Amino acid sequence: MIRAFLFLIAFTLPAMAQEGVSVDVIPPGGTAPDVQSLDRSATGGAPTLADIMARQQAQREGQDQPVLNNASRAADTGGIGLPMTDDLGTLGGASDPELWRGIRFNSIPITTQQRGPAATVLIQDGGMTWLKWRAGPLRIWGGILLLVTLALLALFFVIRGRIRIEGPRTGRTLLRFKTYERFGHWLTAGSFIALAITGLLVLFGRIAFIPLFGAEGWAPVAIASKWVHNNISWAFMIGLVMIFFMWVLQNIPNKDDLIWLARGGGIFGKGHVPARKFNAGQKIIFWIVILGGASLSVSGLSMLFPFELPMFASTFGLLNDWGLPQLVGLGPLPIDLTPQEEMQYSQIWHGIVAFGMTAVIFAHIYLGSVGMEGAYDAMGKGEVEEQWAVEHHSIWAEKIMAERDRPGNAPAE
Amino acid sequence: MKTMFAAFASALLIAVIAQVAYDNAGFSSAERQAASSVRLN
Repeated sequence: MIRAFLFLIAFTLPAMAQEGVSVDVIPPGGTAPDVQSLDRSATGGAPTLADIMARQQAQREGQDQPVLNNASRAADTGGIGLPMTDDLGTLGGASDPELWRGIRFNSIPITTQQRGPAATVLIQDGGMTWLKWRAGPLRIWGGILLLVTLALLALFFVIRGRIRIEGPRTGRTLLRFKTYERFGHWLTAGSFIALAITGLLVLFGRIAFIPLFGAEGWAPVAIASKWVHNNISWAFMIGLVMIFFMWVLQNIPNKDDLIWLARGGGIFGKGHVPARKFNAGQKIIFWIVILGGASLSVSGLSMLFPFELPMFASTFGLLNDWGLPQLVGLGPLPIDLTPQEEMQYSQIWHGIVAFGMTAVIFAHIYLGSVGMEGAYDAMGKGEVEEQWAVEHHSIWAEKIMAERDRPGNAPAE
Repeated sequence: MKTMFAAFASALLIAVIAQVAYDNAGFSSAERQAASSVRLN
């Protein structure tokens, strides 16, 4: 109660105490005779529309702030809201730093009539950190990651060329993926591509789209991107669940994967490495998609339902208990997070995981299309050339062919 | 190809259903943040 009263005082007294305050504004590049006087008596010394106009004018002319002549204000010291002359103490000086510190770091009890979960956070101190992270490292390093991945894939294509089917084509095909498997794959793939494009638009639109097409051009794109991103996300999550249950057993690592990895998947050099239905590279992509997709889904749901699914404070608490941040030279991670900070951490994490997954999917798309002859048929038609299967998934192909060629399974003529 | 396009169409259909669900789930700012003394709509 006392703090709330002090808060009220801190807000209202400066305005009450500064009647008749005026300042002079020296127009940028102007001289003393050009000084304008601004009458602030109507606002009790607080900035007026004229202040705002002067600041905007200064910014238009390349300056951060207008040159203000505050001589009259500086001469009037000691009042609340005016330059201080006495030592700070309990309620001394022109402000109450403890109160403002409490407001800034959300460490004092505040009650409001508004019942939203973030309503009592009057100043969200972590917001600028998030904003700088989003506008800085996330955009820069995320963008670099995608561009470098594309460049490496292009370089790989130049060096290695398209991986051809080496042996003679048989003209026979093997069923590689059933219809429902391909449906699950394309549901996940199509929604992921839509989410990646709209996510990149939302992140880069302000700096990449507006300069080219203007704010009026950006507005409908931003609205559409948000609609697609929020709603297509459910198709992605459904697809993710589908591919997990369809393929998890076949993606459990085994000893063949060690051989495949040791020989680099046979990408360079002669000969092919034996593999089951999924080789080690495909298994790595599968688990990246499953784990990354799950993480994207959880952080996405946290943003989809604001303040309803906070998870970073508890996660940070667990990490602190395990000593992981300390292990890499960091201090304990913050566990007392405002509702907004929970959302901000979700957004940053969502962006980091999404960039990583997008880079991996670039490689997946490359190998499934232009990078390898015959690979697209697996998901396009569901059936692959027998020779392709023998070369790239020999253990699986031999098993399928043995089943097919068993006397009882011979197709009727 | 038919399966691929069917999956894409399904994704769009799921998105439309999701939007309808949002609209009826009571998660708009007005519904979540407003109180009897604070109106946001």
